[in-house]
Amino acid sequence: MIELYLLSIAMLAAAIVAIEIKDLLAAAVAMGIVGFSVAIMFILVQAPDLAIVQIVVEILTVVFFAAAILKTTHTDTTIGKGIQTEAIFPVITFFIFGTLFILLTIYGIRALPPFGSPIMKVASHYIEYGLAQTGASNIVSAIILDYRGYDTFGEAVVLFTSVLGVVTIMRVKGRI
Amino acid sequence: MTNNNINTNQSSQKSTGNGMTVIVKTIARFIAGFIFLYGCYIILHGHLTPGGGFAGGVILSASFILLVLAFGAVEIRERSSYFFASIFESIGGLMFLFIALLGLLTGTFFFTNLLAKGTPLKILSAGIIPLANIAIGIKVGAGLLSIFLALAATHYLMKE
Amino acid sequence: MFLFIACILLIIIGLYAIITKRNILKIAIGFCMAEYGINLLFAFIGFKKNALAPIITQVDSVKNFVDPIPQALVLTAIVIGLGTTAVMLSLIIRIYEKYKTFDISEIRKLRG
Repeated sequence: MIELYLLSIAMLAAAIVAIEIKDLLAAAVAMGIVGFSVAIMFILVQAPDLAIVQIVVEILTVVFFAAAILKTTHTDTTIGKGIQTEAIFPVITFFIFGTLFILLTIYGIRALPPFGSPIMKVASHYIEYGLAQTGASNIVSAIILDYRGYDTFGEAVVLFTSVLGVVTIMRVKGRI
Repeated sequence: MTNNNINTNQSSQKSTGNGMTVIVKTIARFIAGFIFLYGCYIILHGHLTPGGGFAGGVILSASFILLVLAFGAVEIRERSSYFFASIFESIGGLMFLFIALLGLLTGTFFFTNLLAKGTPLKILSAGIIPLANIAIGIKVGAGLLSIFLALAATHYLMKE
Repeated sequence: MFLFIACILLIIIGLYAIITKRNILKIAIGFCMAEYGINLLFAFIGFKKNALAPIITQVDSVKNFVDPIPQALVLTAIVIGLGTTAVMLSLIIRIYEKYKTFDISEIRKLRG
């Protein structure tokens, strides 16, 4: 359990660095550190499927960010300009909204079961009869492809739409 | 106006067109085959070990992205890569839809598990789950390769 | 309880970047931070102490597994987050080509 606490502190420190730093390529690398910490925490919470997907997706995200940065500029030119009058309004909005968000979320977290003992009403049925009804040994695969297959179908459609969007926005004038 | 167009085209070609040094090219040519084999292993054993269609598909696309990054977009001939990636993505999506429609064609409801279940812990078990994993792996892999080629390797002209 | 609050702090850091930053690439980084925080919160809700990963290795053994349903929901959410990030980055590249800057206050002022 001590590893989870140390990793969460490192993750928060890297997140603050990624937002405030002036060089944009360093911000992409700091975002990579946050992604790897999330993947290691997935392993420590006994979820190996999620850890594999999180590592490869996070590597591709850092590659896409680096491709976008190397085609444009490298430094952030909005930081050293001092406090301006048009920057006060967003900060006040964030303080009001952020305080409201934290108060309502802590009120909602108290209603959850404590960390480490979930209520498994539907999951106990899936674990009990999963192997006999579907024949798959990996219970997460049996859930996403047999018990809840519509969600996987919808996800395939969403991914197709995003590929269509990117290719249309970045097209050469005329043919692709 | 035309001077601006020529300068942008040449500078973007110089950054992605020529590839990296000889050491990187040799090692990339050697390792891309192993990464492709690992991706196929994770897709095929998706119902026995952790992994499945999504993880295996992203690893498959990573092997092709490694080749494009090491050799440069000019040598890989990114127009024909676009063509094959879009064909394979459509094949993957249509295969998944056809597997789901087999239930309607044989009299029961949509997306039913109708092949034989087999003995557990063998590779030829669990009905339609391995076939659906293969379809999703092909679709996700080809889609991510299309996104990468559009973002990073297109030689676009800055016509306004 | 501390781990739940750490996830919510990650979501709030992402919201801070979206609302107050003036560089458009930092806004995109804020969106990715909020996605990681939400996926991590779901994975923490399904954890059970001294239990194993939900994979059956021997038929007819004692089954003491963590909750597999939040894992199934997060698995597709991670890949959809990648698609969202790709569309955002393509829009950012096109905006830079037209206005030659990442500063959103200058993008608002130039017309035509």
